[in-house]
Amino acid sequence: MPLDQSFVGRSWPATEPYQVGREKIREFARAIGATDAEYHDPEAARALGYADVVAPPTFPVAITMAASRQIIEDPALGLDYSRVVHGDQKFAYARPVVAGDALVCVNSVDEITSRGGHDFLTTRTEVTTEAGEPVVTVWSKLVQRGEA
Amino acid sequence: MEPQTFRVTRADLVRYAGASGDFNPIHWSDRVATSVGLPGVIAHGMFTMALVGRAVTHWAGAPDAVAEFSVRFSRPVPVPDTDEGTEVVVTATVKETTDDGLTRLALTATCQGEKVLSLAQAVIRKR
Repeated sequence: MPLDQSFVGRSWPATEPYQVGREKIREFARAIGATDAEYHDPEAARALGYADVVAPPTFPVAITMAASRQIIEDPALGLDYSRVVHGDQKFAYARPVVAGDALVCVNSVDEITSRGGHDFLTTRTEVTTEAGEPVVTVWSKLVQRGEA
Repeated sequence: MEPQTFRVTRADLVRYAGASGDFNPIHWSDRVATSVGLPGVIAHGMFTMALVGRAVTHWAGAPDAVAEFSVRFSRPVPVPDTDEGTEVVVTATVKETTDDGLTRLALTATCQGEKVLSLAQAVIRKR
């Protein structure tokens, strides 16, 4: 069944603030093998002008993947997650995520298309501080493979 | 720019699953992966992108220099259950340098000689 086109252009209410922890950033950096001092040592990050350790570029997905459940788990959308693969991913950064940030996500659906029996869903998540300062915009294109 | 090579093992995928919160079983269970038509356990696309991100920040010389970063996942990265796992090789070429200090890099990532990303690029800013 095709995805519900009426989701295109919709936005969802902001998520509860995600508290970015220093140990979570360190854990994520270790998991990707990133040893840069600024991901682990607050003093090194302060030398670059940040209040605490900074996160690697793909860290925001740990926040936005959970936040986007409010879209992809809506039964009205009609997405069968067992047939979903990750198509495209894009980040546009105003600044890196920093430990101590409290970040809220506003999700939207930018596009829903169909081609060759597959369905494509592009979500956009605006990640900001609680005060509304932009941090990063995250786009994900999910592909729902056609049923064989 | 000097290509960068990253080794990827099953242990890396388990660690990444925990750190990222992505517990999709195709990244740790051969049984589930083969049942959906994959050759076996594959790396998280976002793990591959994270490795490319390490290469980009290394080339940029600063962990906070990335202004934009985008990829298309064009082929899975199978990770065999061996001590050696597999390897991902990342390359970059400078496509453009703007007057306001931005550099656009075209990126590739290959595994076993096959491109696993397409349309991959990053924009880095001078600090």
